[in-house]
Amino acid sequence: MIRVAIPSQLIAYTDGATRVEAAGATVGAVMEDLDRRYPGLRFRVIDEQDRVRRHMRIFVGRDETRALDRPLQSGEELLIFGALSGG
Amino acid sequence: MTDAIQLLVGTRKGAWIFRSDAARKTWRVQGPIYLGCIVSHLVLDPRDERTLLMAAATGHLGPTIFRSTDSGETWVEASRPPAFPKSDAPDARAVDHSFWLEPGHADEPGVWWAGTSPPGLFESRDRGATWDSVAGFNEHASYGDWCPPEAGTPDGALLNRIVIDPRDPAHMYIATSSGGVFESCDRAASWAPLNKNVETVFLPESFPEYGQDAHDIALAPTNPDRIWQQNHCGIYRLDRPSDTWERIGKAMPPEIGDIGFTIVPHPHDANTAWVFPMDGTDVWPRVSPGGLPAVYRTADAGASWERQDKGFPAAQGWFTVKRQAFCADTAKPVGLYLGTTGGELWMSDDEGGSWRQIAAHLPEIYSVVAAPLR
Repeated sequence: MIRVAIPSQLIAYTDGATRVEAAGATVGAVMEDLDRRYPGLRFRVIDEQDRVRRHMRIFVGRDETRALDRPLQSGEELLIFGALSGG
Repeated sequence: MTDAIQLLVGTRKGAWIFRSDAARKTWRVQGPIYLGCIVSHLVLDPRDERTLLMAAATGHLGPTIFRSTDSGETWVEASRPPAFPKSDAPDARAVDHSFWLEPGHADEPGVWWAGTSPPGLFESRDRGATWDSVAGFNEHASYGDWCPPEAGTPDGALLNRIVIDPRDPAHMYIATSSGGVFESCDRAASWAPLNKNVETVFLPESFPEYGQDAHDIALAPTNPDRIWQQNHCGIYRLDRPSDTWERIGKAMPPEIGDIGFTIVPHPHDANTAWVFPMDGTDVWPRVSPGGLPAVYRTADAGASWERQDKGFPAAQGWFTVKRQAFCADTAKPVGLYLGTTGGELWMSDDEGGSWRQIAAHLPEIYSVVAAPLR
C-alpha cells in the first residue's frame, strides 16, 4: 500500500482525512485506486488527457512528478498539493 | 401580477441564492454555497422547478458539475463531468471549466446541455449525472477553424450560450467567443456558421463567415424566429428565415456605443429587449461609459433605444456586467436583475424604469439567473 497525503482542497472527498492509503505500482494506478475509494477525486487532479492539472502538484517523497507511469515502491509516500493559483 | 422569484448567483468565490417575497420587495439570502469555488453558472430546471445544476471549479481543482434537488441544501457531484475524448495529440483538449448550462427541450426531460472552455458542447441525458462529448460540434471537421487555440477571452475561449428552439428540440443555436454563432437543425449532429453581416474589428476580414465573438444570443420568447445578439462588435437582430443579421446597435447614441456583454429579451413582447452598454473605446475599458451605469431598452425591435438609469449611481459608477449576469423574470411587470464584477446585485421591478441595489459586497459576479420560487 502507498501512503497518500491529501491536500485541503480534496478532503471533501476523503471525509476530512488528510492521510489515506491506496494500492498501485505507479502514480497513475494509485490515482485510479484513490478514485475507486473516493469517487470523483481523480478528475479534479488529472484531466481527461491524463495530464496533472496546471495548479496541482504531485510528489513521490521529495521528488515532484507529473508522469502517471512513474513507478512506486511499497513504502513510498505520494503527496498531492494544491499549487499557488492566484487570489 | 407578480410572484416570488429566486435569483441564482454564481461568483468567482461561490454561489448564493436570493429569494424574494411575492411582491419582489424583500429578499432572503442563502449562502455562500461552495465558498471559494468558481461558479460560472447556477441554473434551475424549469421542467421540474426543483433540480439545480451548478458549473463549478476551483483555482486548483478541475471542473465539475454539482446537482441539488432540495433547493441547494445538499449537492451531489456528477459522476462523469464534461470531458473531451481521450486523444494522443500533444495539444489534446481538456475542459478548463463549464461555462453555460442549458436545460434541454421541454419534451426531453432529463436532458441538459453544457458549453465549456475551450469551446465544447456536452450533453447529459440523466439530469446532469453523466455527460458526453457532442461529436457533431467537438469533432466537426471545421472545429479547428471555428475554435482556434489562439482565439479567446482572458479566461479562455468559450462556448458561451446554448439556445434551443422551443418549437423543435432538433433546432439549436450556440454562441462562441472564437467563431460566432452556429446553427444545427439535426439536434447537434451537424453545425453551420450563422454570422452573415456581423462585423469583427480584430480580424483581417471585417465580415468573415466565422470568427466573431458572440457575447450573448437569445430568442424572443414570444417569437422564436427572432434572435437578439450582443456581439463583441455591436448589437444585432436576426429574423429567420433570413440569415443576415441587422446591426440594430447603430441606433444607439454614438457617445454610448453598442458594445456590451449581454442582451435580455422581454418575456412577453418580441419587440423589446435590454442591453447594458459598456465602454468599447480605445483600450476597451468595458465599464459603464463615463462612469454612469445605465440600461438601454428598445421597444421597436432596435429602431430606437431609451436610456434607463434611475436609481443607478449618478457619478463614479464603473460597472462591468458579464455575459451571464443580466436577466429578466417573467412577471408582469417584468423584473430585471444584473450583477456586477464589483459584487453588487441590482434589480428593477418596473421593466427598467427604476433600479435599486439588493446586495453588495459579494465576490465578482459571473452569472445571475432569475427563476420562479414555488
